[in-house]
Amino acid sequence: MRIVKAVLTLFLALWAGSAVAADKEFKVGFIYVSPVGDAGWSYSHDLGRQAIEALDGVTTSYVEAVPEGPDSERVMTNMARKDFDIVVATSFGYMDPMLKVAKQFPKTVFLHCSGFKTAENMGNFFGRMYQARYLSGMVAGAMTKSNTIGYVAAFPIPEVIRGINAFTLGVRAVNPKATVRVVWTKTWYDPATEKEAGKSLLDVGADVVAQHQDSPGPQEAAQEKGVYSIGYNSDMSAFAPKAHLTAPVWNWKVYYTKVIDEVRKGTWKAGAVWPGMAEGIVDLAPFGPMVPKELQDKVNAEKARIIAGEQKIFVGPIKDQSGAVKLAAGAVASDEELLGMTWFVDGVIGTTK
Amino acid sequence: MSAEIVIALLAATVQSGTPILFATLGEILSEKSGVLNLGVEGVMILGALVGFVVARHSGNPLLGFVAAGLVGSAATAVHGAVCLWFQGNQVVSGLALTIFGVGLANYLGTAYIGTPAPGFSPVPLPGLSELPVIGTIFFNHDPLVYVSYLVPPLLWLFLHATRYGLGLRAAGEYPGAAVAAGLDVVAYRWLGVVGGGFFMGLGGAYLSLAYTHLWTSNLTAGRGWIAVALVIFAFWRPGRAVFGAYLFGGIMALQLRLQASGAQVPSSILLMLPYALTVFVLVLSSWRKGSSDEPAALGVNVAPVD
Repeated sequence: MRIVKAVLTLFLALWAGSAVAADKEFKVGFIYVSPVGDAGWSYSHDLGRQAIEALDGVTTSYVEAVPEGPDSERVMTNMARKDFDIVVATSFGYMDPMLKVAKQFPKTVFLHCSGFKTAENMGNFFGRMYQARYLSGMVAGAMTKSNTIGYVAAFPIPEVIRGINAFTLGVRAVNPKATVRVVWTKTWYDPATEKEAGKSLLDVGADVVAQHQDSPGPQEAAQEKGVYSIGYNSDMSAFAPKAHLTAPVWNWKVYYTKVIDEVRKGTWKAGAVWPGMAEGIVDLAPFGPMVPKELQDKVNAEKARIIAGEQKIFVGPIKDQSGAVKLAAGAVASDEELLGMTWFVDGVIGTTK
Repeated sequence: MSAEIVIALLAATVQSGTPILFATLGEILSEKSGVLNLGVEGVMILGALVGFVVARHSGNPLLGFVAAGLVGSAATAVHGAVCLWFQGNQVVSGLALTIFGVGLANYLGTAYIGTPAPGFSPVPLPGLSELPVIGTIFFNHDPLVYVSYLVPPLLWLFLHATRYGLGLRAAGEYPGAAVAAGLDVVAYRWLGVVGGGFFMGLGGAYLSLAYTHLWTSNLTAGRGWIAVALVIFAFWRPGRAVFGAYLFGGIMALQLRLQASGAQVPSSILLMLPYALTVFVLVLSSWRKGSSDEPAALGVNVAPVD
């Protein structure tokens, strides 16, 4: 077994290496946690990669479906050894391996998405997805007739909880009577379970289903039942054209283009960045034909307010599920509060455990 | 929970129990002939992939379903060759088949992740689907569920009312006597192994053609192992396998619906239920071993005779 593993490891290492182009172009390597065809998270990053591949003098390569942990460390080391200028890792669990590799290769720039650790040559980036979640919540809140909205959630971590809360605030902004029911699947990509979770929400009366996972499973469930859905990551309308209202989507191209420019000019500085809708890194997918014009206008107006910095979303008074005031009237949640969010706002039905 | 939700839960139970049911029946057929096959998980996922790929390229999900069964047979034929021709250890060979099958399907399937393919959609059975309660629970599904209703009685009839079924059971109970009676034990075991693989492949295809219409790596997510445990729970009887498969399907469907209806139970506990039930079922069945139909020569190889 050990020999088999060693041979496989060697094979994988060679394969990862062979994907690299030669010459003195500016080289950027990407490491994805799931296959790029997933229509979700990795796919959205790969759209960004393709955009910078089109730039002059830049070549990119990627390794997909790399498990978090030691495997990812090997892939990153390999890229750094092959003289990649930038190595980008796009999953939370790559953070510690990347920190280790970054110390070994001080000349390479390392970029980690969704974590919180940085080093002299390692930066950290993410996007204010909650802004787009809020807008998608407005759409869901206006389209529901049963006043019950389902949310198929991934893992109970601050990123997901923040998304659910922003979504619910959006729902409540247009429809104070509506509630958001949450089902955890504890998966990032398991179409069977996620579809079943979507169906379970439809069974308890939800007529709009939103999701956090990468698979279009919940979209399928909504379409089959003849109700509406909100996608995530990328425009999922291809999977459920009759159900898909809109989706909060990533537009990583904006960030990748900017950061590469900075690194090439030598102006890049390590640190954590958290751009949002104003920078264009998060957005809303095109509305489905069933979304009325007035609602589209209303949501677009709110979007303009977010971009202008007038709408901060997590603005008090905000109560939690028990009715306790978590954010006093007029107060704006700090980034620390947002990044460490572990409680549900009033209007969410479900537990954060 | 209201009556409506309970009925919806039971209907979901049938659907999530169906892939496990196919696989469990396949494993029963294989074990009845005396060959333990721990490769169910690997065979199922190969079936899921091939069913999806064939449906995608041919545009015909039925063709995909049948192809998945045939690939299931082909994959278990490897296990058959190891155990029946070369007298290899059945446990080791089965485990190898699972590791190989999962790895191969994930490797070959990468290009198909996120691509659409035609699949089966619910077709209410005329007349039957209008029955109160029962109609919604049992007769408002995709055609593959209806196929799964036919398999347990047919399998039971095959095992207990045909000459070939008797021979297959003899090969699993007392191969020495079967050989003395002039039966070709190895041929009967081949029938059990390859026939069982066919149903395991179908179980996998159900996941990618009906349950969802998508392919992804690790689509089977441990359902093959649940099928192996269910054979013991079912005491090797097709009828009890139906009960067991729906029990598991029900638990899977229930935990999501409990969350959806706002139960204040940590989701980690609820998600653990199907696996906790597996352990519980195994304990329970070993306690009641007396009434089981376990083949006496299960896992024991026989030398080919000329």
